[in-house]
Amino acid sequence: MKDKLKKMPKTWLDNLITYGMVIIVFLLVQMFISRGLVSNLLQGLLVPLCVYVILAISLNLTVGILGELSLGHAGFMCIGAFSGAFFSKVMADIITVTAVRFTLAILVGALFAGVFGFLIGMPVLRFRGDYLAIVTLAFGEIIKNVVNALFVGVDSRGFHFSLKDSMSLGLEADGDVIIKGALGIIGTPRNSNFTVGIVLVLITLFIVLNLINSRDGRAIMSIRDNLIASESIGINVTKYKLMAFSISAALAGVAGVLYSHNLNSVAATPKNFGYNMSIMILVFVVLGGIGNIRGSIIAAVVLTLLPEMLRGLNNYRMLIYAVVLIAMMLFNWSPQILAWREQHSIKDFLRKRRKVQ
Amino acid sequence: MISLITYLINGISLGSVYAIIALGYTMVYGIAKMLNFAHGDVIMVGSFTVFWGISMQGFNPVLSVLLSIALCITLGITIEFIAYRPLRGAASSLVVLITAIGVSYFLQNIALLIFGANTKSFTSLINFGPVRLFEGQIIISGETIATIITCLIIMVCLTLFIKKTKPGQAMLAVSEDKGAAQLMGINVNGTITLTFAIGSGLAAIAGILLCSAYPSLSPYTGSMPGIKAFIAAVFGGIGSIPGALIGGILLGVIEILGRAYISSQMADVIVFMVLIIVLLVKPTGILGRKLQEKV
Amino acid sequence: MALLSVNNLSISFGGLRAVDDFNIQIKKGQLYGLIGPNGAGKTTVFNLLTGVYRPDEGIVLLDDKNITNLKTMDINKCGVGRTFQNIRLFKKLSVLDNVKVGLHNRFHYNTFEGILRLPKYRRLEKMMNEEAYRLLEVFDLDGEAKLSAGNLPYGKQRKLEIARTLATNPKLLLLDEPAAGMNPNETKELMETIRFVRDNFAMTILLIEHDMKLVSGICEELTVLNFGKILISGETNAVLNDSRVITAYLGE
Repeated sequence: MKDKLKKMPKTWLDNLITYGMVIIVFLLVQMFISRGLVSNLLQGLLVPLCVYVILAISLNLTVGILGELSLGHAGFMCIGAFSGAFFSKVMADIITVTAVRFTLAILVGALFAGVFGFLIGMPVLRFRGDYLAIVTLAFGEIIKNVVNALFVGVDSRGFHFSLKDSMSLGLEADGDVIIKGALGIIGTPRNSNFTVGIVLVLITLFIVLNLINSRDGRAIMSIRDNLIASESIGINVTKYKLMAFSISAALAGVAGVLYSHNLNSVAATPKNFGYNMSIMILVFVVLGGIGNIRGSIIAAVVLTLLPEMLRGLNNYRMLIYAVVLIAMMLFNWSPQILAWREQHSIKDFLRKRRKVQ
Repeated sequence: MISLITYLINGISLGSVYAIIALGYTMVYGIAKMLNFAHGDVIMVGSFTVFWGISMQGFNPVLSVLLSIALCITLGITIEFIAYRPLRGAASSLVVLITAIGVSYFLQNIALLIFGANTKSFTSLINFGPVRLFEGQIIISGETIATIITCLIIMVCLTLFIKKTKPGQAMLAVSEDKGAAQLMGINVNGTITLTFAIGSGLAAIAGILLCSAYPSLSPYTGSMPGIKAFIAAVFGGIGSIPGALIGGILLGVIEILGRAYISSQMADVIVFMVLIIVLLVKPTGILGRKLQEKV
Repeated sequence: MALLSVNNLSISFGGLRAVDDFNIQIKKGQLYGLIGPNGAGKTTVFNLLTGVYRPDEGIVLLDDKNITNLKTMDINKCGVGRTFQNIRLFKKLSVLDNVKVGLHNRFHYNTFEGILRLPKYRRLEKMMNEEAYRLLEVFDLDGEAKLSAGNLPYGKQRKLEIARTLATNPKLLLLDEPAAGMNPNETKELMETIRFVRDNFAMTILLIEHDMKLVSGICEELTVLNFGKILISGETNAVLNDSRVITAYLGE
């Protein structure tokens, strides 16, 4: 029995490879930048790349580990982006140390997105499959549309909210409108950079991987594999569904803060926080392998970089995504194709040949 | 008061379009137990075909409409055959849903490559003028009348088809129990194909009506109405044909009233809230039935 | 003194009385069989006992505690474990992790201790591993601990399901057709395992089974269910030789 226990660190090694991969890529990119080998275009992509990677890892927690499809992930990113940027802008003169302010902004973004994940998850997570997908999509769109119509101002009397226009905020003369409806937040401090992005990717990885390999993670995965059995052995299904969903939302919020602090201004448009974004993140997760954390990192990086590198392909990029997505689903899940793969697997083929020899 | 009546009529008209689209969702969901996410994009393909026929090729409108319906039916059958049928019996319903999202993506991007991202202006096919009531206080456009009448005709025909014909009865049987239907000698695959064909044909009609009333056309035209029509189907009770009609019209009215009295952005929020509230209060919708997993 | 005491348990599905006036008393340490033709309502009884369905009428007492309308999860915490007719394992998890999920409510550390890998996490995970291996060894599954549960052969999947349930430390174990799909040798081995579990874990066991050899071999008492109603209850041999039981199984 002793030696069996010793074999435990296999997942540990697996995780180490994932961390190592991220760190090595980071070091290589830094080296290339210092030698001037990285184009401006590519440098501009580094932070968005980290944003996508965090989004993909966090969505994989819901889709791959909890086993429920969410089509509203961009909505949580939106909440993180706005709450983080709002905090930074309000605190710009109060907390002058950038590092402290930005760290707090990230925590604020994660907290807000996490709380919304919890509040939305409570009524919604009783649904499964198609219904959950469409309900999360609905919530994502609601968030985006409400934020798009939201006006928030601050004056000596405190915060003022409106869904109509900045006039109806009724600000005092010294007041300042911070969130301007469809214009969003203008003049966010650009605190994000590649190093911060990578650190956040590593923290996300740390949280998700360690969660998976803990008591709570096993409970979450047991719900994915068989909800009824899970209840029958005393797992609090509601609690763990909510836990996975809220952590996933909070991490999407972190990605949002990173995103909004990489721009001069942030506005809620269908393109950045709409369900098309949610679906793009889902594509990363699916192509990287549902439940495979390392896979979603690689998919997010490759699928973002490849079309940029091959500029001519850019028009076809989404089309190629779509075709690959359909092909992957058929290849990995079609019962007939699975049966065929079982019969014609390379391992079997090699084994048979060895036997013959 | 007068404006309220106008809004209601517009709402019923928009709702009729939703109802026609919702039929496609509800039939496919009832029979293949899948959410065909790409259904909304078939609408877009239908509209683009008519646009291409009339505005780019100068075809006769009737010919264009027939062409559009035929193309959408073919498209629906092809999608089912290539992307969905191989996944029948797959372990998880997520798999089919993600594939359907892939198909939706595919259709949007094909349209993007062919027609570009710019919004096209769609020429309405309805050439009879508006009807004026109460000394011109209420004006009902030709599109509105055509949409409501088309929707009613479709509902009646479809109900008769399912109640009175053999393929219609086969659909009912397959939606009830696929395995048993197969044992009774019903061609399950054929029935599912037929369902997709009808749903896609209706989507083409819905697309043409939608773009006649709201004449702007882009590769993304179909996705939002598609999602809203799905909400309508859930609202009315998924799997139920009268439910699709009721859900569609209620949703259309809610949306138009919300747009008129609150704001156009909040109208969408309200529509999505309706979905969430309906699901929380009565998950089976107005006319739906309950399903439970066997332990 | 009965460990499980069920009185007048009934449920209807759309007008059909699936289980009607079901009564049973099971003493601590007993091996009790629930038999009956297909569709008699045996699994429905299990679903009622474990809170999957809410009964229309009736009371379920476990150790004098009323567990009738509790949730499935809480009924398990009170001490009822079950297996399923159609095996329900966590297929993508390893054999070891399946058992460790069963240990979930017996070893507590919180989410932060888990994510930050604090000393409590390390200590409890080690204890969980030891406990899980101890259970796996009982069922001769320790060699396959690292395999995905879905890749186990059928007979071992049934055993793993029992091991996982035992991990929750139940007082009462409900086995739903444990021998289904097993060959005679496997069934014989299973009989020994069930006896072993009863003796070594001081377990009370209620099992649904069609295999008469297994039933007559290990059950001390039987209840026969037919069309949702109890046909007869009593000592095994007496029940099996009763003419009504033979009629119920073979027809007139």
